Amino acid sequence: MTAVWPQLPVLQIIIPLFGAVLAALMRRGIFAFAIMLTVSLALPFVAGSLLWHVLTVGPISYALGGWLPPIGIEYRVDILNAPILMLVSAIAAVIAPFAYRSVAFEIEPDQQAWFYCMYLLCLTGLLGVAITGDAFNAFVFLEISSLSTYVLIALGRDRRALLAAFQYLIMGTIGATFYVIGIGFLYVLTGTLNMADLAVRLASVDPAQMRAVFIALAFITVGISLKLALFPLHVWLPNAYAYAPSWATIFLAATATKVAIYLLVRYFFSVFGPAIDIQSLPIGEFIIVLSVAAMFVASVVAVFETNIKRMLAFSSVAQIGYITLGIGLANQAGLTGGLVHIVNHAIMKTALFLAVGAIVYRACPVKLADLAGIGRKMPLTMTAFAIGGLGLVGVPGTAGFVSKWYLALGAIEAGWWPLVFAIVASSLIALIYVGKVLETAWLHEPSPALSEARDPPLSMLIPIIAMAAATIWFGFDTDWTVGVASTTAKTLLGGLR
Amino acid sequence: MDALTTFIEHYNYVVTVFLMMTGLYIVAARSNMVKKLIGLGIFQTSVYLLYIEPGKILGGTPPTLHPDHTLYSNPLPHVLILTAIVVGMATTALGLALVVRINEAYGTVEEDEIFERDRD
Repeated sequence: MTAVWPQLPVLQIIIPLFGAVLAALMRRGIFAFAIMLTVSLALPFVAGSLLWHVLTVGPISYALGGWLPPIGIEYRVDILNAPILMLVSAIAAVIAPFAYRSVAFEIEPDQQAWFYCMYLLCLTGLLGVAITGDAFNAFVFLEISSLSTYVLIALGRDRRALLAAFQYLIMGTIGATFYVIGIGFLYVLTGTLNMADLAVRLASVDPAQMRAVFIALAFITVGISLKLALFPLHVWLPNAYAYAPSWATIFLAATATKVAIYLLVRYFFSVFGPAIDIQSLPIGEFIIVLSVAAMFVASVVAVFETNIKRMLAFSSVAQIGYITLGIGLANQAGLTGGLVHIVNHAIMKTALFLAVGAIVYRACPVKLADLAGIGRKMPLTMTAFAIGGLGLVGVPGTAGFVSKWYLALGAIEAGWWPLVFAIVASSLIALIYVGKVLETAWLHEPSPALSEARDPPLSMLIPIIAMAAATIWFGFDTDWTVGVASTTAKTLLGGLR
Repeated sequence: MDALTTFIEHYNYVVTVFLMMTGLYIVAARSNMVKKLIGLGIFQTSVYLLYIEPGKILGGTPPTLHPDHTLYSNPLPHVLILTAIVVGMATTALGLALVVRINEAYGTVEEDEIFERDRD
């Protein structure tokens, strides 16, 4: 154990990477599934140990290949990214059993092993973005996760999945290239790529060259915003989520955008924060305006959407708006709310998309009108959907309420009173689209097309119930989520100039 | 006059930005998917130039430990861009593979025609 302990940060990446290679060598989907399950169940232990070490001892710095930072690539685990690693690993572990039937049902037999291979590569990329302390390394991991995501989306059964994947490929590549341009500016200015070293060296940049720093900040912000689907750069997201295989949608909705949000927080508060006075730039106000626009526009679109997967995808855009609202507010309560919502939204959206995955498995249609009365046929699944949906609305007693409460506190602290009304009003719009689904599902007689539908087998039902239970659990017990998030927010804001 | 001097001193950056904008314009303006990918390639290539240019020093040698060589070029941008080229190639390959599949499924690679066919 003592030999393994210092190598934990790199194990977080190597385990899924080797899993991907092994899965690619498999011919039969069932073997690839076994590899994926083993990897997914092992990761939370690694991430949990890292998180525990960060909370009790302090940040971990791992020199990859023994080359010391800032020259070598550094894996750095601190209070900001340890919870993100834990979130991604935990979600991957909980949804892993669900894949067995869902993937077997939706993916051609000869493509299943490749599907798991791509998924594990995507997981590697996302964990890599979260763990790395090197700006260019983050780009490489971002592209590893993005390229495998395009493949995952393209494996959807509908031919529109191909189009969605292509459009995401174009927009995602532009986003990643913008990010590289920004990094290029920073490298030319400072001669370093290590994030911690960048923060130190940017603080002593000649004032005459500040314009280049601002341009780098602008390129990086726009590049990452494309990846995290900040309104109005979200247009790739609804189709990608709607036409991807159910299980890929579950994973992407829960983790992919969250990791991009982490990267944005890292740049705003850790890299640029100590160097330039972010408060003096209108960037916070700009993000707040876009976030509020996302909360309203995407919610209204979701109300009129008839495809349930697309509806939830638009709801994701709106919910991402809440998270970026917390980042834009940049005060203790607001940032805490934003960071908590990263976790809470991941849990709620996983519950919702898992329920949709079960509906697709049992009844196939995802058009809302075809789902009349499905609540009576699949009671447990639709109860979980209802809990997740109420979480999106922010009903007290669910996780969604906790994050919105802190966001509202943050808005008051910043003196932006109208924002409180915006949060409440957009939650009411969420109530309309969630209510529309619940009404269709519970208050109608089941249509004959659904006569065969019933709750899915246990391997699918347990993840659904676990996620719905977590939605309620984190609505009451906030010690873990809010506790860690408020420590993180304090650390991040303490680094600001 | 000052503007002209700046322009001539930084003509390499002017070329880079011109390529960058050309690529981005092609991606935005063309509805043919293959042409979009060509534009994306030009856009990415311009970023390679953005990195390589500042790394080169006129009269600089490769970075070898030798008493005669004191002025040498920075090798790191080359290494970074080698990685970026691999990523760019993978993106183009995957994009073209998707276009092949789209052509099989829809019978066209024009985006506006595809939207037309999905409507019915």
